Amino acid sequence: MRITDERFGRLLLVPAILLVGVIAFYPILRNAILSFYKVDILSGIPPTFIGFKNFSTLLQDSRFLKSLGNTAYFTIVSVVIEFMLGLGFALLLNRTFRARNLVRATVLIPWALPTAVMAIGWRWIYNDVYGVLNDILLKLGIISTKIAWLGNPKTAMMCAIFADVWKSTPFVALILLAGLQSIPRELYEASELDGATEWTKFKLITFPLLLPSIALALLFRTLQAIGIFDLMWVLTGGGPAGTTETVSIYVYDYAYRYLRLGYASSAVTLTFMVILVIGVLWLRRK
Amino acid sequence: MVKKKIKLFGFFVLIVIVVLFSISPFLWQIITSLKSNEEIFSLPISYFPHKINFRSYIEIFTERPFGRYILNSLFVASCATLLCVFVSSLAAYAIARIKIKGGNKFLLVVLVVAFFPQIIYLIPLYELFRVLGLFNNPIALILPYATINLPFGIWVLTSFFKQIPKEIEDAAKVDGFSRGKVLFRIILPLSAPALATTAILVFILCWNEFLFALTFMIKDLARTVPVGIAMLSGASMYEIPWDKISAATVITTLPLVIITILFQRRIVEGLTAGAVKG
Repeated sequence: MRITDERFGRLLLVPAILLVGVIAFYPILRNAILSFYKVDILSGIPPTFIGFKNFSTLLQDSRFLKSLGNTAYFTIVSVVIEFMLGLGFALLLNRTFRARNLVRATVLIPWALPTAVMAIGWRWIYNDVYGVLNDILLKLGIISTKIAWLGNPKTAMMCAIFADVWKSTPFVALILLAGLQSIPRELYEASELDGATEWTKFKLITFPLLLPSIALALLFRTLQAIGIFDLMWVLTGGGPAGTTETVSIYVYDYAYRYLRLGYASSAVTLTFMVILVIGVLWLRRK
Repeated sequence: MVKKKIKLFGFFVLIVIVVLFSISPFLWQIITSLKSNEEIFSLPISYFPHKINFRSYIEIFTERPFGRYILNSLFVASCATLLCVFVSSLAAYAIARIKIKGGNKFLLVVLVVAFFPQIIYLIPLYELFRVLGLFNNPIALILPYATINLPFGIWVLTSFFKQIPKEIEDAAKVDGFSRGKVLFRIILPLSAPALATTAILVFILCWNEFLFALTFMIKDLARTVPVGIAMLSGASMYEIPWDKISAATVITTLPLVIITILFQRRIVEGLTAGAVKG
């Protein structure tokens, strides 16, 4: 007996459903449940239900609120810079010139390198005594004494943002470049006949037609930036004085240093709610 | 004419700036890795090694289990990539060609997974793998890596399968091919480029993953490269072996740089597959 197409199709979906169900949806659900429990994995006592206690503690924890603020600051500033630079890169790479493919490949390199590994590289560059950044800035006369970039609460976040901009601008640029290349040439040719300047062409054709790509790039980058972990963990460990502690770092610290899994889960749930709201707003956009 | 030349010159200056911006942090790692430890910690900073020195490259393999980290990473990333591409291609075929009921809804639900930061899966998976005794076992990374990249794989392959002309399948059916045979003998071989695109991207993402690898691989010998390098640091800020770290960084990232340059067209294609159609 031969099985019907419909049945065969469903069979093909089974592995994907199993993986996504067990490794993704179960954890999302379990995480939400755990946020209402006090979990102590070392004692072996089963989790005890404590209602909204974790959430009320969380909202009174200035360290958590600060990490939320840091995450928001990091996300907004880095995504805005990445968008502007990425758009610039994309417009530049959209022109035809010799070696364009090679340039495009080099631009892709930061994206392909492991964040955690390059974060160590950045630590070396930012190093106060032997760092190359201080050396260059001193030689250019921009600073007069060496700065402890990562040790100073005023500059540490800036350093993290710069490292993230370096890594993620290529991603934004490539998405936007693909968008640019899908805009029909004829539109530009027609407007040139009408005597349009470069700026009017950008304003009336490029930008509006690029909007879907922009929305997609911004959405992905925003969600990734909200979850940032490896960069901060390696670069600053959340310091100095908690100035670069993001939500993910906070959660990790509470889960694996203090072993408060339930409490850490509630921090995740709360953040997840924020992301959900952003997602819904994005889907409803006109 | 002069104006045009100035414009052209400005354009190339910008291109040079973009290229320098992209590669200089990596170049600095290469330069540092070729210096001796004494030269690294001497002032003024030298912008070119006085004497090229490969000692740190040897030491990371003899004094640290760096070779083991590489093998672990290769194994985990390859298995996860194979699993991810295989499972995605099955699901994508069902959605794109069989058009089963609710297929598109399923796709939408799966895509949601791509939107959440990894931290959301961390604690429950930690709990699960603890109970199952999977810590330090490559499975604890292979399954999550395959899963978090599944949305991407299904998305790219669905849009690719939709482009394959229907006539090819119809002809095969006339020849008495079953659906399964059509998929494995015709569609998948025809889709080799799309499968390769997906595989390259997923492999890079798996190779670079940090959070799960840090949490589920507790024994030093079970670690993957990114975590292994992050853990190379000594006990205090002053003990950080920068020579070894930079050598390890170069060894880990050089293959990625080469892959990126060789396959840039495919990577760009894969990265932007969603952007153009979505």
